Amino acid sequence: MANLTHEESVSKAFKVITILAIITAAEVAFALLGKGYLIDGVEFPNWIVGGVMIIMSIVKAYLIIYEFMHMKYEIPGLVKSVMLPVFLLVWAVIAFFSEGNYWKNNRMKSKESAKVKKELQENRLQGSLIETKELNSL
Amino acid sequence: MATESAVHHDNKVDWSGGEKKPFGASYGKLMMWYFLLSDAFTFSGFLIAYGALRFAMPSWPVADEVFQTVPFFGSGYPLIFVTFMTFVLLFSSFTMVRAVQEGARENKDGVVFWMFLTVLGGLGFLGCQAWEWTELIAHENMSVTRNTFGTHTENGVYLDENGNELKDENGEVVRAIAGKTYLIHRADFEGGHGHGHSHGDDSHGDSHGAAHGDDAHGDHGHGHHYDKAGDYNEAVVDELGFIHRKFKVTEGENAGMIKKEEFGPKSFGALFFFITGFHGTHVLSGVIFLLIIMLNVRSGLYVERKNKYEMVEKIGLYWHFVDLVWVFVFLVFYLI
Repeated sequence: MANLTHEESVSKAFKVITILAIITAAEVAFALLGKGYLIDGVEFPNWIVGGVMIIMSIVKAYLIIYEFMHMKYEIPGLVKSVMLPVFLLVWAVIAFFSEGNYWKNNRMKSKESAKVKKELQENRLQGSLIETKELNSL
Repeated sequence: MATESAVHHDNKVDWSGGEKKPFGASYGKLMMWYFLLSDAFTFSGFLIAYGALRFAMPSWPVADEVFQTVPFFGSGYPLIFVTFMTFVLLFSSFTMVRAVQEGARENKDGVVFWMFLTVLGGLGFLGCQAWEWTELIAHENMSVTRNTFGTHTENGVYLDENGNELKDENGEVVRAIAGKTYLIHRADFEGGHGHGHSHGDDSHGDSHGAAHGDDAHGDHGHGHHYDKAGDYNEAVVDELGFIHRKFKVTEGENAGMIKKEEFGPKSFGALFFFITGFHGTHVLSGVIFLLIIMLNVRSGLYVERKNKYEMVEKIGLYWHFVDLVWVFVFLVFYLI
């Protein structure tokens, strides 16, 4: 906004909203394509669909913050004081997501070990000291 | 006393903050940025809860199969309605930019016009959300503590009323497919409209079944009416009337076992209603503030201030933030 004339900033806003609309449409199209709704037999693995969606959303977030909210035209101190905590936040999100994954694996592991223990008891297997140790570490 | 008042007179307390502005931004704009930052933390808290719980579950309802109903068109259109909502909010963000630009050149009527369009966009979005919530609560019986959308984790074959493999009209076996999301319909114990249509919304129950890949689901529904809870050959009907269809597992270590469709992860409903609800509350308060500021603009309040309608800029920041949050709500709830 800072050094742009009125006409320039209006055409800029048109350009940005067009890009945002195209990205949104592309996101939905790709989500449906990746899950096999559009073309029979065409499907992408989850991590590709998810990765592409996340990248597109980050581009959208950049355009909204930097163009619509004029972050691009603020002075560096303000930009840093807002954006630095946001990046730390992204780290927190990633950390907690992987924590959730750990909960799932842990739950499955304990289910598994309970099952093995039960089988051992039912079959009256000779649970040697080593086996017991292994079970405890499961 | 005398000295105190003298001090007071000599150093007049100046609350304006002086000429030097930190970060070259006005107090109001700077504080709006930090408020939005703190709000981002709140939303991230919700997002973290959502992500951690979702990653901790063995299965999660597939969004395309949960959100696939469109007003006047019925079911079977995955993501179309929520895409429409997203576009409404996106374009209201654009009209907000235009309002700020008109403010920058002190064009009062222009500001009012574009702000009015923004208010309409916000109201449109809220209306869409109200419709979506109604659909989930009234027709699909979802609540904060109950998630009627489950997902198969094993392949299997549905059972018919005699306990045999269920076949559709073409004689094909109706399968339960791992990874597919199902809706647990509710029987109407009092009425006589067949199961799955607790509110007489016929198109809904049918098309949900069809869209889930088993065309017989809808037909199957019409053949039965459950008057009371019990363990039937083809389904278990619980005390509240929820019909848990039975299927025989065909693959894996549980092959041959008869299982019933269970409710999905409980946290799905709570997270969905809290996160979209919290976002909707932001939209609602945004609409209210937009209206107030629009009326102030119209009355000429900001003309005297000669600060290029800074108040419009501030509400603009807030409005774009609401749109920004929706980008991520849309991403985690609907796209992935």
